[in-house]
Amino acid sequence: MASAEGQQHPLGIYYKIWVLLFVVSFFSYMVDYLNLQGMTRWGLILLFMFVKAGFIIAIFMHMKWERLGLKLAILLPPVFIAVLIWLMAIEGSHTELTRIEFFGESTMVPEEVHH
Amino acid sequence: MSDAATMDGLPGGTKGVVTDFSADRQAFHVPWGKAMMWIFLLSDTFIFSCFLVGYMHVRMAATDPWPFPSEVFALSFGGDPIPLILIAIMTFILITSSGTMALAVNMGYRKNKKATFWLMVATAILGASFVGMQAFEWTKLIVDEGVRPWGNPFGAAQFGSSFFMITGFHGMHVSAGVIYLLVVANRVRNGFYEQRGDNYEIVEIAGLYWHFVDLVWVFIFAFFYLW
Repeated sequence: MASAEGQQHPLGIYYKIWVLLFVVSFFSYMVDYLNLQGMTRWGLILLFMFVKAGFIIAIFMHMKWERLGLKLAILLPPVFIAVLIWLMAIEGSHTELTRIEFFGESTMVPEEVHH
Repeated sequence: MSDAATMDGLPGGTKGVVTDFSADRQAFHVPWGKAMMWIFLLSDTFIFSCFLVGYMHVRMAATDPWPFPSEVFALSFGGDPIPLILIAIMTFILITSSGTMALAVNMGYRKNKKATFWLMVATAILGASFVGMQAFEWTKLIVDEGVRPWGNPFGAAQFGSSFFMITGFHGMHVSAGVIYLLVVANRVRNGFYEQRGDNYEIVEIAGLYWHFVDLVWVFIFAFFYLW
């Protein structure tokens, strides 16, 4: 059984993933630096986020080499967070609309950030 | 008729509960410490998710404009402010520490005590420098910019509470991780695990925690700083 000797893998794969994480992080920083907006921005942020998270879990945390039973037990439950996100998104827009209806639009004038 | 409460050969009542739960059955074919660390990390996933979903909710519900993180977290080194530069450096430090941790786990299984120890110490130092930068970031935000959990000059009041709650909880995890890593590294060095003969799997378990801290940062970076 593989897990009896622990997770032993050639070093090369760690170096490759390490470099890849650097590159993808650099890309996600560029999204902000180049000031991309709208769907391009959100799409790229989510894409790079999931790529990074996936490689960390699969390779660095060795999930790729674990048995399916452990994979399912750990990776399936977080899927249900999507339900919470969906419910809270509905609730959030409702709260905003209610606030605008009763208190009116915001009159706040934000200050400039000084450095 | 067979009654489930008093099955043949098995005690019933509270004694039965103990028998059932201590039955020698194994679901996950990994060391128990690793299974428990994964289950802990799963519960931690839900805690951080709740924080991030809470942040999403207050950001959606706020009628005041949300402060633009790219500007709030910009830093000037004498010239024009560079957007998010400190956060980018912190991100790269955490990724570097994840790499050194992965190598430490690998060296542990190769029974290379010295390399494992030093790689874990390097990981801990990188983690500590991350916390140091976070302390600098907090100080700048609180003292110079006047950001408070109940309000700030740049927009919606909820910005401060979300920020301090989420990054504070993450920073606490990093700090705990630094201590955890140093304790395990010291035991690797003084031969504690060698004497017990347990194959340095503890290094991998500590590594799981550390990679998780990096993983959470990936989500915080995307949703709080970049969004």
